[in-house]
Amino acid sequence: MAKTLFDKIWEAHRIADLGDGAALIAIDRVLLHERTGGVALQSLESAGYSVLAPERAFATMDHVVDTRPGRTDETLMPTGKNFIVATREAARKAGMTMFDIGDPRQGIVHIISPEQGIIQPGSTLVCPDSHTCSQGALGGLAWGIGSSEAEHALATGTLRIQKPGTMRITVSGQLARGVTAKDLALYILEQIGAAGSRGLVVEYAGTAIAALDIDQRLTLCNMATELGAFTAIIAPDDTTFAYLEGRPFSPQGALWTQAVEAGRALSSDVDACFDREWSMDASDVAPMITWGTSPQQAMRLGAPVPRTGASTRDTPEAVVRALDYMGLKPEQEIVGLKIDAAFIGSCTNSRVSDLRRVAEILRGKHVAPHVRAICVPGSSQVRLAAEAEGLDQVFLDAGFEWREAGCSMCFYAGGESFGPQERVISSTNRNFESRQGPGTRTHLASPETVAASAIAGQIVSPAHSEPTP
Amino acid sequence: MTPFTTWTAVAAPLLRDNVDTDAIIPSREIKSVGKTGLEDGLFAGWRYTQIGGREPDPGFVLNQPAYSDAQFLLSGTNFGCGSSREHAAWALADYGFRAVVAPSFNPIFQGNCVRNGIVPVVQPAGVVAQLADEAPDPMTIDLVACKIRASSGATWSFEIGEEARHMLLKGLDAIALTLLRRAEIDTFLAGDRRRRPWIYPGATA
Repeated sequence: MAKTLFDKIWEAHRIADLGDGAALIAIDRVLLHERTGGVALQSLESAGYSVLAPERAFATMDHVVDTRPGRTDETLMPTGKNFIVATREAARKAGMTMFDIGDPRQGIVHIISPEQGIIQPGSTLVCPDSHTCSQGALGGLAWGIGSSEAEHALATGTLRIQKPGTMRITVSGQLARGVTAKDLALYILEQIGAAGSRGLVVEYAGTAIAALDIDQRLTLCNMATELGAFTAIIAPDDTTFAYLEGRPFSPQGALWTQAVEAGRALSSDVDACFDREWSMDASDVAPMITWGTSPQQAMRLGAPVPRTGASTRDTPEAVVRALDYMGLKPEQEIVGLKIDAAFIGSCTNSRVSDLRRVAEILRGKHVAPHVRAICVPGSSQVRLAAEAEGLDQVFLDAGFEWREAGCSMCFYAGGESFGPQERVISSTNRNFESRQGPGTRTHLASPETVAASAIAGQIVSPAHSEPTP
Repeated sequence: MTPFTTWTAVAAPLLRDNVDTDAIIPSREIKSVGKTGLEDGLFAGWRYTQIGGREPDPGFVLNQPAYSDAQFLLSGTNFGCGSSREHAAWALADYGFRAVVAPSFNPIFQGNCVRNGIVPVVQPAGVVAQLADEAPDPMTIDLVACKIRASSGATWSFEIGEEARHMLLKGLDAIALTLLRRAEIDTFLAGDRRRRPWIYPGATA
C-alpha cells in the first residue's frame, strides 16, 4: 500500500501497538530547555526513574536566560536563575549534553538542533516546546510535547501516542521576489485558520517548497503549530543533505553515506493518500502582517483591517475584542500605523540568513527616533557568524540593540517585556494578548517588514525600503 | 494522579475561541521550578483588574459567586492553543478543574490534560452553548459511559481515545505502564541499532 513520508517514519519507530490506533513509538532525540527541563528531570528523579539514553538527550538555555550583553545566570525575573541552575544541575547529573551560557553552541533549541545536526531525516525528536515542529524542515518527525511526555520520553525512550492524521499542503509555483517563507506561513494561517491543521501531520510539498533553502523551510515549518498541527515535515532532498553534512552531531564517514541512502527513500509515495489535501499557488502570496491577537488574524500588507462581521473565521465578538486590544478601528489602514518597537528574533526568524537580509535594508539607515529596535540572534553561532561578517555593526549603527542568543522578548519568560499598549512589529510567531508584554500590541511580519517599518517608524511594506546600492 | 470516573460539578462558561496557553497562565506567573503553586496564575491576565495584581475583576466568570466552586470549564474551539507549557494544565488542576468541555482542543494541551487527570471533553459548539445556558446548575461527566449530563437531564455522548480514557479512569502513571514493556523496548533498540546505526552516537557502520 502506498505510504506517506509520515507513515514510513511512524512504522520505522513503532515498537508496539497499544490498541485503538495508539502505539508505542521510539524516540531518537529528546531536547530540553531550562523553562521545563529542570522540572522534568527533577520530577523524574524523585519518582525513581533515570534517563534511558543520555547520549541522545540534549539541553540548552534559551527560554529564561537573559539576552542583554554581559549576561550571567541572573535574569530580570527574580526567580529566573532557579530555572537555569536547576536545569544545569539536573542535566549534568543525568549525563546529557548541555549547551550552557557561554558555550558557543548555545541558542534557541530549534535553531541549534539543525545547526548542530541533532535532528536528522527520518528520526523522531521531541522537545517540551510547541515550535519543535520547525525541525520537520530537515525531514525528521519532530514535535512539541508537554513536560510529562518529556519525562516519559527520557525515562523510556518512547512515547505512547495516538497515530495522528495527515494533511498535505502543496504550494505550486514560486514565491515572488521579496516574499518570504514567513509571509507564506501567515498567508496559510489566514487561509485555513489557527485550527486548520489541528492534530494533523502537515507535509509541505510542491515546487515552491522545494525551492526554499533550509532556513526558509524552518521558518515555514515553525508556524505549523499555529495551525494546530501535530507537526510539519518536508521530505529530505539534496538541499537537506548538503545542509546537514559535516555538522557536529551528524553521522560521519560511512554512517553518513548510509544515512543519506536511507534518507533518499524518505518521501511520500506518488499515490499515497492524505486525510486532507490543500493546495495553493505561491504567486498569490504578498508580504503579510497580523492585525489581531491570533496568528490567523493576518492580512496582506496594505489591506485595511476587517470590519466586524467581515471575518469568516472569527466571530464578530472575537473581532471586536481583537481590534479593541490592538487599538484599531474597523477598516483602518494598517500601513502608516505608528510603531513603538521593532523586534528581530525568535525560533521563527533569527538565523544568519534572516539577519543578512535585514542588514541589507538597515545599511546606511537609522531607525526612527521614537522606535526601540532589538535584534536577538537565534543562537550564539548565529551571533558569532553575523559578527564575523560585521552585521552587528550594521545593526548597531542603525540604532538596533544587539543581543546575546535566546528566546528573549518573543514572550517574556526572563522578565523582560515591552510596555502596555506599545505597538511592536515583530519577526516572531505569536501575537496573543500580552505575549510580548502586559497589554503589548504585537504585529507579526517578516524580518524585512520589521526592518523597513523600524526605519520608517510606522508600518510599511518592505518594498518601500530599497537597499542602499 | 486522581482517577476520574464520574464527577458532578458546576461548569464555568468561558465561551471564547482560541483560548491560548499564554492566557491560561501567562509566562510571568510561572515563577518556580515545579508543577504546583500555579492556581493564582490561572487566567491571570483576565482574572485580575491589573497585570501582576491580585484584585479580582468582578467581570471575569471565575470571580462570580455562582462559579466560585466551578470544577468544569466550558470554552470555544481550539482551546489550549499556543505554547506547549504544561503549566496550563497544572494551573487548571491546581485551581481544582477536573474537565474542560470545548468543540476542539490543541493536541499538545489535550495530551497534557490527560497526563494530569483533566478530562478533555469534545462537544459541538451548540451543546457547549446549551450547557452554558444551564450553568451554574451542576452537570455530570461520566467517563465510564462517556456521557455528559446537564442538570435538566439532557444527555450527550462524547468520544475520547481509549488509551486516554484508560489512563484517566485508573489515574495511571504512564511511565510505569510503559516500563512494563522494557524487554520489548530493548529488543526494538537492539534491532534498530543494526537497521539505523547512524542514529546512535558511537555506532559504527
